[in-house]
Amino acid sequence: MSHLLLLVPFLAVVFLNLLPKRARGAALWVSFGVLGLEAAAAFVERFSSIDSSAFAWLESVFGFRLAADHLSGLAMLCAGIVGMAALLVARRTLKDAGEKFYFANLVLVALVGINGIAMVRDLFSLYVFVEVTAIATFILITASRSERGFEGAWKYIILSVIASVLMLTSIGFFLLSAGDVTFDAVKTALGAPGSLTWVAMALFLCGLFVKGGLVPFHGWLADAYTAAPAPVSVFMAGIVTKASGIFALLRIVSSTMGSALPGREILLVVGALTIVVGAFLALGQSNMKRMLAYSSVSQMGYIVLALGGDLSLGILAAGLHFFNHAISKSQLFANAAAIEEQLGTLNMDEMGGIGARMPVTAGTTAVATLSIAGLPPLAGFWSKLLIVLALWNAKEYGFAVVAILASLVTLAYFLSLQRRVFFGKTHSKWAHVKEAAPGLLVPVVALALITIALGIGFPFALRVLLGGGA
Amino acid sequence: MIWMTLLLVVLVLAALWASMTTALLRAALGLALTSALLAVVMFSMGATLAAVMELSVCAGLISVVLVSVTSLTQRRPLKEALANRRSRLRRYWPLPLVLIAVGVALSFVHAPVEIALRVPTGDGDVRTVLWSLRQLDLFGQILILLAGVFGVLVLFRKEAKHDD
Repeated sequence: MSHLLLLVPFLAVVFLNLLPKRARGAALWVSFGVLGLEAAAAFVERFSSIDSSAFAWLESVFGFRLAADHLSGLAMLCAGIVGMAALLVARRTLKDAGEKFYFANLVLVALVGINGIAMVRDLFSLYVFVEVTAIATFILITASRSERGFEGAWKYIILSVIASVLMLTSIGFFLLSAGDVTFDAVKTALGAPGSLTWVAMALFLCGLFVKGGLVPFHGWLADAYTAAPAPVSVFMAGIVTKASGIFALLRIVSSTMGSALPGREILLVVGALTIVVGAFLALGQSNMKRMLAYSSVSQMGYIVLALGGDLSLGILAAGLHFFNHAISKSQLFANAAAIEEQLGTLNMDEMGGIGARMPVTAGTTAVATLSIAGLPPLAGFWSKLLIVLALWNAKEYGFAVVAILASLVTLAYFLSLQRRVFFGKTHSKWAHVKEAAPGLLVPVVALALITIALGIGFPFALRVLLGGGA
Repeated sequence: MIWMTLLLVVLVLAALWASMTTALLRAALGLALTSALLAVVMFSMGATLAAVMELSVCAGLISVVLVSVTSLTQRRPLKEALANRRSRLRRYWPLPLVLIAVGVALSFVHAPVEIALRVPTGDGDVRTVLWSLRQLDLFGQILILLAGVFGVLVLFRKEAKHDD
């Protein structure tokens, strides 16, 4: 069945490009259907044990093996949901039919990359699929052909190439020291003494830190998110950066490092630094998308910090925060798209009081921001609580305190966003503003409902998404 | 040893030329030259398979694609290109020096590294490697090429529309 998750989106791309030009308007819906199937496959598998032997013949046709576990399912469920939201935003915000067609295609290509990242068991294959996702994303960012788009994509490309060099060097070192790059071989090599193996692992992790936009490699992220067209921001912030940087990190830590984690101090320091720097950078922003971008940097730090704590609980906490943040942040970028469409600006200093004119947008924004800040009973509260517990169990009290205090900073910049954008008296300039179109409200309401449902039904969500424990 | 060092120096210079030149065509040729020199380095180190791939895919195929795409673009006016080059040189001239300094510094480091090279399994035949051992990566490469094709389509479709 795992093979289908790579083959179906790929075949869908082939199918879309065989369609006659007049039928290409269906591309967004075909892509939406594929993403829906992916989300359903990832979700339904949690409830029932589908007889996967029906698909065993695929393994005999293809020589490669994939392995999907709870973490893979989580990433693919995320990709499906966020991708569908991005396509709905694209349907409303992209005006050109050609742009919509290529967006649908590139989302599917990126989806194959993300699914590959989720299911491979080999460092080199992981690198290949990270590159597939990155290249599809470069093109998505530049698709608007604006100068800002090119600048954002350029920064992303340059830092991505640096990350690739680090990862390839690491793979070379692993081939020298371990003789192979499968996760099992890497795990065995890390268990034996040898400085080269640890240098290799450090280089690979640095590459993933760049891809994930962690401090001090976060410079490209805000420019790329801000410059990208609205649906691309939703897709990138929701899943692309998380899958190619953070999920890959989560996978490597869980698959190769075991319970003894000699490098966990690095994860703790990088995680804490990313949380604090990202939060304070977000606090100083006037552009809504830039604030959300730096907020993403900060929240990625929480996931990395969790991996530095008690590993069994840390992986669970990191996985949940990965999911929660993907849902809430893609929703906030969709909210930003709605606001930009109505107001024509994302400068929060020019806004004020539009909550009365856009009540659904304001309400859903409040749900997502409060969840990310970690307020009960929303989904973000539970994942942050588990992160703090993972740190506490590992006796990392100082880092646990940093995680709690940084949540207050998160709350501060999001309250500032709410106040500047939605609260107060409506400025006469915005008297004509109306609520966003239904096409934009559907994805944001659906994502907000997921955040609320996950928070209220947390024990159920924990069992469904991660099998009750990693 | 001396000719290998010279080869590496020329390789670095070709790479610098590829990244510093303001003309896309020259950049593509610089990349092809870098790639060809790298293939020579690989041949001399006994990595025949890697060298063949580097020569055929990077120096060959990629260069053809880059040159073809370049032929679709218009050159920037000479005055603007020169101003851009001066600006880039002003900003980035220390980088090659830093690179050389790091290289020299690293050549003095003799870290105790334990390398246990293993004898590769399989016959090393390119077909075995591509179709049996790394089939999944080959699929990934196909996707990367597909994404590249979409890149050209997206960017040049727009260009044609703007020209209308």
